[in-house]
Amino acid sequence: MAELTREQLLHVAHLARLELRDDELERLGTQLNDIIAAVSKVAELDLADVPPTSHPLDVVNVWAEDEPHRSLSVEEALANAPERERSYFKVPPGGSE
Amino acid sequence: MIDTLRLTAYEASRLLRDKEISGAELWDAYRRAIDERDGELHCFLHVCDDPGGDGIPLAVKDVIGTKGIPTTAGSKILEGYVPVYDATVVRRAKEGHGLRVLGKTNTDEFAMGSSTENSAFGPSHNPWDPTRVPGGSGGGSAAAVSAGLAPWALGSDTGGSIKQPSALCGNVGLRPTYGTVSRYGVVAFASSLDQVGPVAKNVRDCAFLYSVIAGRDPCDSTTVELPSPVALPERGDLKGLRVGVPTEFTEHEALEPGVRDAVRRAIDLCVELGAEVGECSLPLSLEYGVACYYLIAPAEASSNLARYDGVRYGHRSAEGGDRLEMYTRTRDEGFGDEPKRRILVGTYALSAGYYDAYYGQAQKVRTVLIREHAAAFEKFDVLLTPTSPTVAFELGAKTADPIAMYLNDLLTIPSCMAGLPGLNVPCGLSDGLPVGLQLIGPQLSENTLFGVGHALEQAIGFDPVPERLR
Repeated sequence: MAELTREQLLHVAHLARLELRDDELERLGTQLNDIIAAVSKVAELDLADVPPTSHPLDVVNVWAEDEPHRSLSVEEALANAPERERSYFKVPPGGSE
Repeated sequence: MIDTLRLTAYEASRLLRDKEISGAELWDAYRRAIDERDGELHCFLHVCDDPGGDGIPLAVKDVIGTKGIPTTAGSKILEGYVPVYDATVVRRAKEGHGLRVLGKTNTDEFAMGSSTENSAFGPSHNPWDPTRVPGGSGGGSAAAVSAGLAPWALGSDTGGSIKQPSALCGNVGLRPTYGTVSRYGVVAFASSLDQVGPVAKNVRDCAFLYSVIAGRDPCDSTTVELPSPVALPERGDLKGLRVGVPTEFTEHEALEPGVRDAVRRAIDLCVELGAEVGECSLPLSLEYGVACYYLIAPAEASSNLARYDGVRYGHRSAEGGDRLEMYTRTRDEGFGDEPKRRILVGTYALSAGYYDAYYGQAQKVRTVLIREHAAAFEKFDVLLTPTSPTVAFELGAKTADPIAMYLNDLLTIPSCMAGLPGLNVPCGLSDGLPVGLQLIGPQLSENTLFGVGHALEQAIGFDPVPERLR
């Protein structure tokens, strides 16, 4: 298992929308490589014929009646907003993503 | 004089019913205990005012949303967040049984940890020895129950966060079968694993609290109805019961001798109580469980924690900049190291080119673990193992080494991955610190676990009050 390079780490951090400071890059980068080396153990097993499990209970297609019910009011929904304007969440202008 | 160190919820309910104490007196007794001891133990992140009534007080782990009461999940990114609705488990406790929320208990940030040392608001301390951790992530709930600061509590368990702290604090904790308890209103960590469950002084209280919260919830489509009502345990023997002992768990090299011995004595007790005890084997579960968990849980966490972006609730960076900079700075400032590590590992494991090798392979390993447990349950009704390989460890002992911390959950993770219920029951002391045993059953076998746990509890006669507080 090859180690994550600094560029790969920055790429993963960008995908996760995490800005990592230089000291974090160093510390977390080392720990991350240790963790990835440890979890790579799953590759030892040959499981070509084994189906994956995404959910441990045998529950499929759970439907609900299409009935209206009480939901949050606008005021409740906005109660924890860091910034709002009228009935909207307010955010800074978009950057390049 | 109400002795909160010894009072069970069952006994409190009788005292209230017979009007020997009032609801206000009961509440005040816990508030006094909190004032007296929580400065040292730091079990609570928030303590509530008495909402009135004469229901039994309930401590609630701070990952569980409570209307009008701050809910932080132990994270700075949710500092100041006050939910506008109750989680279903809280609503059921309040509406169905009049339970009163006493306060919100400390947790590792987003329930990620085994010691509460990852809490952004500082660690909790073990009531048996405050220089040691109470376990985690639900260390606040477990320590509060052991120190008499709450009669019982709600926790949440992803890979051992109810069972392991209960083991380290010497009380009873149930991780229910996946899908039996609603997660609506609960801060999500890893959605194919997270379960809410009860922590209590004894098995009967634990079973009762489980009956309060369990059952299908239309607001959580992963829930199922219980096949039969929760039965409060009565029997004192184990006649006719087949107990399997997975040797890889009981003989593991990571086990402290005191833990191994206490669990062996409990296994001998099972024989004396009339159970048929036999060895079994879960080799791949133990060998690959932790690696499998630390791929699947971070992968799901990286997705669940994407919602913390500074837009709708929680922390927003004051540094300014455009929207992308606001997201990334908010998340850098708001998350501590452990969520960052798990978000990064999870994002990597799900990223293009790596998905099949990591996340996809871990999902297949999960199938192997499920099959291995199913084979064991063809021969046995329950499995008995140690809950934690060690007793409570010193604060700071493992904080520099994430992988050493992850191995605390070595024995609790496999059954969590398989969606199975697990009950921690205290089985003795090692060097003056509690040792817990873990009872694992097939899906929906909670009543069997309560029965076995209750019989063992009677036979073991463990005193759940920390020696230094007696």
